[in-house]
Amino acid sequence: MEHIGMQTIKFENPPTILETASIVGPKEAQGPMAKYFDQCIEDEFWGEKSWEKAESKFVKETVSTLINKSGISVQDIDYCFAGDLLNQCISSSFGLRELNIPFFGVFGACSTFVESMCLGSIFVGSGAAKNVMCATSSHFCSAEKQFRFPLELGNQRPPTSQWTVTGSGAAILSASGEGPYITHITPGKIVDMGIKDANNMGAAMAPAALDTLITHFKDTGRKPSYYDAIITGDLGHIGKEILTELAETKGYNIKSNYNDCGVLMFDKESQDTHSGGSGCGCIGTIFSGYFFKQLKDNKLNRILLIATGALMNSTSTQQGESIPGIAHAISIEI
Amino acid sequence: MDFIQSIDWMQLLRCFVVGGLICIIGQVLIDKTKLTPARILVIFVTAGAILGGLGIYKYVIDFAGAGATVPLLGFGANLAKGAIEGVKEQGLLGAFIGGVRASSGGIAAAVFFGYIASLIAKPKIKKQ
Repeated sequence: MEHIGMQTIKFENPPTILETASIVGPKEAQGPMAKYFDQCIEDEFWGEKSWEKAESKFVKETVSTLINKSGISVQDIDYCFAGDLLNQCISSSFGLRELNIPFFGVFGACSTFVESMCLGSIFVGSGAAKNVMCATSSHFCSAEKQFRFPLELGNQRPPTSQWTVTGSGAAILSASGEGPYITHITPGKIVDMGIKDANNMGAAMAPAALDTLITHFKDTGRKPSYYDAIITGDLGHIGKEILTELAETKGYNIKSNYNDCGVLMFDKESQDTHSGGSGCGCIGTIFSGYFFKQLKDNKLNRILLIATGALMNSTSTQQGESIPGIAHAISIEI
Repeated sequence: MDFIQSIDWMQLLRCFVVGGLICIIGQVLIDKTKLTPARILVIFVTAGAILGGLGIYKYVIDFAGAGATVPLLGFGANLAKGAIEGVKEQGLLGAFIGGVRASSGGIAAAVFFGYIASLIAKPKIKKQ
């Protein structure tokens, strides 16, 4: 393990992503990605009394699916890194409380999945752990309630707003395995360009994604064309355009191989999700469901996964503060 | 049949048009500004109270009936009207009592029916 350039860590013994799992909700089940997920749940409550309980159940069931699929026992998982959007990360801690695995709660807003994988890969890459689990979740209803308005109010969503994905994604990183490998991680800096609109997160987070993207290329000496796919999550349609343009002005052309999980998750025309998907669960489920399989099937060999987060809460929004953005990147190669 | 014959269709049309115009203002504010629905609500009630207090809104009510009283502007106008009447009856104290007294029926009904709705309905995910 070696620190290279400004912010990047390069692994001499790169951790393998052993297995992934994903479960999504009803809206995602109608989207173009539905067939790649392990399970699609038609009831947003999933038989529970509250959305918060439902979100915890998404985490619990996803992790249970993951452990079954991976073929390794719970005792062999040394540490767990997980987080979500709800206050004090209760979806993760309530969903994982019966698991008996040492637990690190991670908060990185929508960047949580990749942040967890960064931390997990350092644990595995350094030899501190053989297997670690990374998990994340989000739920449209619990997120609307906490960050915007109660659903009972029935207010309209503005055109720039993104749709919080209902779902949970999880992955096991292992010291032994045959790839796909996490070869580099580039943890990001907090970037705040003064955007204050909580309904336009893509614009708030795009500059952070740009910063991490450029830093990653500078640190590793790679070019955008090195990767088969550069994937952000979740800038949405507006943020994706902003990032593409910003990158071009800085001399990096990512038009041909760049896409965003928030764009991929829903069909913009038929599902009316405005600017696309968002939430920890968006990149969590799309990576776990789609991209991991593409890597396993050798359809993609090198991807750069950049998760972006908006580091605000409802109090800071009410007090008129701007939205600090962050983006963490991991390079995954066969 | 007497009931149908007694309907003033022009009154219904005026009610529909004025009520609709007020709602269009709200929709434009949601779509074209960054105002939250809560702020728009407060703006409407305050505007209604000012228009009511200045005696302008009563012409709108005379013209459009429920098309003017049912939207939030009507609630604000009602508050102002009640406060003015309260002052006439009870002096300064009436300014604090009158507004809520005049709109007490609406407030109590909102709480009552809101409570009933919360018992029988369950919130759902949005369709869009």
